[in-house]
Amino acid sequence: MKEYQTITEISGPLVFAEVDEPVGYDEIVEIETDDGRTLRGQVLESSDGLVSIQVFEGTGGIDRNASVRFLGETMKMPVTEDLLGRVLDGSGEPIDGGPEIVPESREDIVGEAINPFSREYPEEFIQTGVSGIDGMNTLVRGQKLPIFSGSGLPHNELALQIARQATVPEEEEAGDDEEGSEFAVIFGAMGITQEEANEFMDDFERTGALERSVVFMNLADDPAVERTVTPRLALTTAEYLAFEKDYHVLVILTDITNYCEALREIGAAREEVPGRRGYPGYMYTDLAQLYERAGRIEGKDGSVTQIPILTMPGDDDTHPIPDLTGYITEGQIVMDRNLNSQGVEPPVNVLPSLSRLMDDGIGEGLTREDHGDVSDQMYAAYAEGEDLRDLVNIVGREALSDRDNKFLDFADRFETEFVQQGYDNNRSIEETLELGWDLLSDLPKEALNRIDEDLIEEHYREDEAETAEVEA
Amino acid sequence: MSQAEDIESVDQDGVIESVSGPVVTATDLDARMNDVVYVGDEGLMGEVIEIEGNLTTIQVYEETSGVGPGEPVENTGEPLSVDLGPGVLDAIYDGVQRPLDVLEEKMGTAFLDRGVDAPGIDFETEWEFTPTVDVGDTVEAGDIVGEVPETESITHKVMVPPDYEGGEIESIENGAFTVDEVVAELSSGEEITMHQEWPVRQARPADTKETPTVPLVSGQRILDGLFPIAKGGTAAIPGPFGSGKTVTQHQLAKWADADIVVYVGCGERGNEMTEVIEDFPELEDPKTGKPLMSRTCLIANTSNMPVAARESCIYTGITIAEYFRDMGYDVALMADSTSRWAEAMREISSRLEEMPGEEGYPAYLAASLSEFYERAGKFQNINDTEGSVTAIGAVSPPGGDFSEPVTQNTLRIVKTFWALDADLAERRHFPSINWNESYSLYRQQLDPWFRDNVADDWPEVRQWAVDVLDEEDELQEIVQLVGKDALPEDQQLTLEVARYLREAWLQQNAFHDVDTYCDPKKTYRMLLAIKTFNDEAFDALEAGVPVEEITDVDASPRLNRMNTSDEWNEFIDELESELEEQIRSLY
Repeated sequence: MKEYQTITEISGPLVFAEVDEPVGYDEIVEIETDDGRTLRGQVLESSDGLVSIQVFEGTGGIDRNASVRFLGETMKMPVTEDLLGRVLDGSGEPIDGGPEIVPESREDIVGEAINPFSREYPEEFIQTGVSGIDGMNTLVRGQKLPIFSGSGLPHNELALQIARQATVPEEEEAGDDEEGSEFAVIFGAMGITQEEANEFMDDFERTGALERSVVFMNLADDPAVERTVTPRLALTTAEYLAFEKDYHVLVILTDITNYCEALREIGAAREEVPGRRGYPGYMYTDLAQLYERAGRIEGKDGSVTQIPILTMPGDDDTHPIPDLTGYITEGQIVMDRNLNSQGVEPPVNVLPSLSRLMDDGIGEGLTREDHGDVSDQMYAAYAEGEDLRDLVNIVGREALSDRDNKFLDFADRFETEFVQQGYDNNRSIEETLELGWDLLSDLPKEALNRIDEDLIEEHYREDEAETAEVEA
Repeated sequence: MSQAEDIESVDQDGVIESVSGPVVTATDLDARMNDVVYVGDEGLMGEVIEIEGNLTTIQVYEETSGVGPGEPVENTGEPLSVDLGPGVLDAIYDGVQRPLDVLEEKMGTAFLDRGVDAPGIDFETEWEFTPTVDVGDTVEAGDIVGEVPETESITHKVMVPPDYEGGEIESIENGAFTVDEVVAELSSGEEITMHQEWPVRQARPADTKETPTVPLVSGQRILDGLFPIAKGGTAAIPGPFGSGKTVTQHQLAKWADADIVVYVGCGERGNEMTEVIEDFPELEDPKTGKPLMSRTCLIANTSNMPVAARESCIYTGITIAEYFRDMGYDVALMADSTSRWAEAMREISSRLEEMPGEEGYPAYLAASLSEFYERAGKFQNINDTEGSVTAIGAVSPPGGDFSEPVTQNTLRIVKTFWALDADLAERRHFPSINWNESYSLYRQQLDPWFRDNVADDWPEVRQWAVDVLDEEDELQEIVQLVGKDALPEDQQLTLEVARYLREAWLQQNAFHDVDTYCDPKKTYRMLLAIKTFNDEAFDALEAGVPVEEITDVDASPRLNRMNTSDEWNEFIDELESELEEQIRSLY
């Protein structure tokens, strides 16, 4: 290990140093300042004689006399099953006052890509107990399903509700004696406020979830550059627990927007050619390296399921962060400001939401035979109702036909009864689908063109349609 | 160079000067542009992309963490090539044609390690070779000399490599050979094996490019019915995320009546590729009844795999497609997504500190795109067979905005445009191809085929559907203002007919066993049934029947069930006579 006192330039989060021996790309660096602090960083660019180093803790306090040590290895995360129940800071050091972590192995935090040939296609339904998700945008094990939210929307409540309620119904029936895999939650916080962090911690403690969780905390006042490592530490831990220790791991990453801001900061400091809105051109690749670390592997019992949370600047889903995310993840759950102000809990707008893996995770033997058709029909009916609302604003309800009025009523009930459920209400998939039929039965039978005729016979509630008609 | 080459024989020459992500510079490397080099102590595969004085810039196809200055760079002296021969089908490759199943075995882990090489085709397997020419025959470059049953459905043709001189056959043998054993010797002294190599960035030669006149039948109603693509044509599918690009590409890969399908997953999701790997061996080719995988070659470079290999995977794919075209096959190439490819170019370009063009893309973006699409087409091959490559590229415009450079530059080249629409996707209208925005410039030249093979009046019936949908589009604007009931009765009826066109005909459920594939004859028959309803309804309207009564007849909602009907001929015949009877009974 060689030590240098050759810093030539300090700029933003970057330090440039001269070296006389070659240094590897991505290698870890320790910088010791005059006042005895040790800061950690990573090699961003290595050329003969000069390296640029990104310092995680920020470059404050570094001067040209500081000494630079190259550790000769890339960044590693010490992993062990004992991490469960622990709270770590954004660079993986314990901050809960607990004992030192004795690692079982040390894993490279830049995970290698999973060979697509070795993956197992995710198709195990996860029941989150939230109708807007289970019924309309089903989550499956090994999926990456982000929550697209906005500032001031209750995305944290929804994420917590999912973490609390998520189960796989079949395994629950099988009972505890079955040698099923255990469930673990990894929480990676990037640049969230102390208050938000407390909200999560309190909930974890209250429900006892903490003992099966690993928490990584990079708070709003922690160094921004550290945010680029936090999710990688979290995912390395998740992969270890899932693929070495057979856990079913749910990873919640919040807030991806802060992560991207940190990327932009580094890019700007390196004077890179910026891409859209100043974000680096490689942001797609970089985000993919996070999101793609979810899934199942053939022959392994565990799985990594990811729920990243991002706040869309200006609620704009064409902003580069949600846009690139949507191209990588397997769908998205979109939170809606209007629904939120109407008091719908959780305010999930199902129309722009999507789960790409839904079709393979539902249906006979997985959830219920009618699930796909019911969800398609509700989508179509709700979309039609939404369209009609615009029209009502212009011509008034009286000008609309009977059929149209029924679709309007459907859209209202869909929001206030189906999506609306409260954060402590855990609905089984049966309950969700029955509620769906309850709503659909208000529509005329012939309008249900997305549902198989046999299924309509089996589930459609004639009496309700009639009463609805009589009332009308 | 291909991985099959003997690594011992290369000279050790350059030294790494700097490393920045996938871009490495080296000094003292004696290399030509696009030569393949091995970088660092681990021997990571890379390609020369810039030479400036003594400094050579290399893009590396693998992760470069830990690689540092001073490590060696070895030049192979050959450009990036693919291994061609029996064994390419039913395979799954990464962006530089390393078989992923072999990699898994060699690495012993589910994660992709570095510095592991594997040849594109297996050199151990023996294939049954049957000559199709005799000793004494004269063959030229490109000529077929024998056949190998490669998979259940595809016979592999062994050809004289295009860069050979050719000559009289001196010996040719029947029997089982590995791909690098000599099967024939020529008077020119050249030896023919079943294995060829071809540099990916160079198009394989062909005689002439012809105007395509046969459609690539996809079994998708909106494509076959409204916006057909020709065998040898080009198409773009742009759409925002969640609008169904990948499902459309998968549907095409599954059901298109091409002989060979090359599916390139370029910078997309790992799970999607896994789905293809798991599904295709189980699905049957509707034409031959054999597993789909036996006509398919998959190239998977997922979004988290190294970015430089994403840049090359498109070329790897099209080169393999051209090879099968040379055998006289109709090949369909799906690239999902060309935007990721363009972004990979952008990323490399910005690391090279090149002057950026529009939105940071390199100035040569348009040239690269057109070069790629020009390699598609219907060709008269140099061995006098006819073959085609159909190129279908998905485009992922940021924010769904079609005015961005990749979409615009693609649209200038391709002749079929299937515009995906987020709005349709939101209401679960799939495939969410917008019928007002999409177009196909092949319609005219394909009409004769449709007249001969489906129905004489196909173009006329299609035009009727287009007109109704156009009229609906205009009427909808009025409806938005005044409501449907304020329209005159005939226009209300048109809206109703258009609704059936949209819901019963244009919508197609990719996940329904019957509906997922729709024969063009059924596509036509379904359309005709809606037209029957239209004609009967307008007759009734003229006779003074109120529009509500016409649209409320019991039989009409059953138009929505035509798509899932297996015995569609009987079903539709019956439905039509019921419609006639019920509507006529109103007056």
